[in-house]
Amino acid sequence: MKPATDAAELRRRTRDLLAAHPPATTGRTDFLRARFDAGLAWVHYPVGLGGLDAPRSLQQVVDAELAAAGAPDNDPRRIGIGLGMAAPTILGFGTDEQKRRFLRPLWVGEEVWCQLFSEPGAGSDLAALATRAVQDETGDWIVDGQKVWTSSAHLARWAILIARTDPDQPKHRGISYFICDMTDPGVEVRPLRQITGEAEFNEVFLTGVRIPDSHRLGPVGEGWKVALTTLMNERVSIGGSRIPREGGMIGPVARTWRERPELRTPDTHQRLLELWVEAEVARLTGERLRQQLVAGQPGPEGSGMKLAFARLNQEISGLEVELLGDEGLLYGDWTMVRPELVDFTGRDAGYRYLRSKGNSIEGGTSEVLLNIVAERVLGLPAEPRNDKDAAWKDLSR
Amino acid sequence: MTAPVQPPATPDLLYSQDEEDLRSAVRALLADRAAAPTVIAATESDTPYDPQLWASLAGSIGAAGLLVPEKLGGQGASHREAAVVLEELGRSVAPAPYLTSSVVATETLLALAGEDGPAAALLRELASGARTAVLAVPFATPPAGPGPALGPLGGTVRGVADARAADVLLVPTSEGLYAVEASDPAVAVEPLVPLDLTRPLASVTLTGAAGSPLADAGASAAAVRRGLLAGAGLLASEQLGIAEWCLTETVRYTRERRQFNRPVGSFQALKHRMAQLWLEVVSARAAARNAADALATGSPDAPLAVAVAQAYCSGVAVHAAEECVQLHGGIGMTWEHPAHLYLKRAKADSLAYGTAGSHRQAVAELAELPAP
Repeated sequence: MKPATDAAELRRRTRDLLAAHPPATTGRTDFLRARFDAGLAWVHYPVGLGGLDAPRSLQQVVDAELAAAGAPDNDPRRIGIGLGMAAPTILGFGTDEQKRRFLRPLWVGEEVWCQLFSEPGAGSDLAALATRAVQDETGDWIVDGQKVWTSSAHLARWAILIARTDPDQPKHRGISYFICDMTDPGVEVRPLRQITGEAEFNEVFLTGVRIPDSHRLGPVGEGWKVALTTLMNERVSIGGSRIPREGGMIGPVARTWRERPELRTPDTHQRLLELWVEAEVARLTGERLRQQLVAGQPGPEGSGMKLAFARLNQEISGLEVELLGDEGLLYGDWTMVRPELVDFTGRDAGYRYLRSKGNSIEGGTSEVLLNIVAERVLGLPAEPRNDKDAAWKDLSR
Repeated sequence: MTAPVQPPATPDLLYSQDEEDLRSAVRALLADRAAAPTVIAATESDTPYDPQLWASLAGSIGAAGLLVPEKLGGQGASHREAAVVLEELGRSVAPAPYLTSSVVATETLLALAGEDGPAAALLRELASGARTAVLAVPFATPPAGPGPALGPLGGTVRGVADARAADVLLVPTSEGLYAVEASDPAVAVEPLVPLDLTRPLASVTLTGAAGSPLADAGASAAAVRRGLLAGAGLLASEQLGIAEWCLTETVRYTRERRQFNRPVGSFQALKHRMAQLWLEVVSARAAARNAADALATGSPDAPLAVAVAQAYCSGVAVHAAEECVQLHGGIGMTWEHPAHLYLKRAKADSLAYGTAGSHRQAVAELAELPAP
């Protein structure tokens, strides 16, 4: 099969798919499998693995055709960890057999993935992790430890996992990367109730979990390198789509301001205007980043966007609670629920205020991101460190 | 009143190759003729403006005529290109009447010019850089500000930027807009002592000067508003240039300067401050480009794009300049280090063509977020 490289060819292939599997009469899973097999799942992936080796930018041609035809999608938000983190890592470091086994059900959404990286003692200092993996005489790895902040663990069939395989090595060098079967009897998932009252996340306790060596990704002891690929892909998603004016958290506050004049005060007016301007500028900065990507001149602005949105979301939602006056003293519902998706706009102001506190922590704290900007973008020197060359077992914990 | 006003089109927020080429030419000229010691020396002399620099910038590079159509002797370019020139002028804080003459006065005249007539004739002269003009209003006037207080060509206007460099004054009066020769004996231009030494201010006093009428009162008010809107919008690009220079120099200095046996730039507390500034600079770039593009395309979104850019970029330039002085330590407080030039320019710019606060008031109107 000759790789498709232009939009016309992709459009033709998409129409062929729709003709052979009309969405109206084809089951959702069957349609998605057929789409994967036609190379129209992620067109930049290799032929045979859901793609056509086509430029990534052409995916939008396929997506637009399919959306116009009313075809089902694979609910990308629900399987974001699989799509955004597990898949590129498997593609980059997996064996042929691993790619064939895992990528199709991952993309179709038949198998949900989660990510077992963070630990109670290793958050921003992720490489300090203490979960151990020891190889037994059969070659299987036996894993013991505890992970935390695990989204979707209660839904997941598989997990990407990093564990320490050599405590005598410095912390970045004694780590290996595995695919963990979440149905293993040694895996225990407990909901982790958070500040909002909900449990979006889980704690995962690993006790004698058995992982065959064929489920290792990359060489023994080089898991940190593999994990960096995963983490890099975690932050790629920002800047892909166009946001309308007032498209973010400022939208609900601006609407409240317009619809409820009785709530307005001079103080909240000034703060609203400041935040409205900052939100508009952040939107434009994201748009500029998007245009740079399309023009093939990616800039480092992406590392800053998460910082900007985290701070803005927190300030805007804080203002919103205050603006609401008496109503701001109330909270929608403290019942512990386990949402499948985090939806900021569907909830009340108090929820937004509390949930946005996580924006400056999850996916890299703002402090760590500021260090990344300072060192990688501005070229400022790193702080002196004494943990890089010492054996992990000799570090204080 | 529940839906936000959406911009009618997606702005182009990048720089074209032509714009980058223009930037290189302007930057090379300014490096050659407006290095920091030269600028400092000039501010202490009686000749703050360098006529050779202006001749090269305005004439050889053609920057003065960027906004003027080719049929009136200009380059037929747009606010996007003029914004790039202003980024470079901000980066060098060179004294040059570019913003006042080639942007504000030019844009005011463009609102009036047909194929010929006095406004068109004056535009030809401004486009070639042979003569310069300034709008005789206080530098701090916001685009949505009140109209002129001057009676018919009599009275004093305080705080007019670059008036000393101007050959022609564009004077809005209650009767209309007039062009007045600065050499007219009935015109007195009294230099003031400005906070920003690199953009001299003067009081302009007219005592029955003879002016040529350019527009009646109604057309005059609209033309002045258009001139000030372009000035405010493109000032954001100058502020971006100031902020960029301050960040770049601060990073360079703190990487080299050692204290406590380490480069001071390796301390996390300082790194975070500079990373925060970087984020503000890239955001200011998006806001300034958006304003320049909206002006260039004549978008109905231009007044909001300009208000957003001014409300944001003023603060960024001042913050960057203040951090530049602080992170340079004692050196940042000295006369021979150029940091003070940038602080003074940034602070003065934060008042020019309206403060951030006045632009936020404009946002309140344009985005339908009314005051209580």
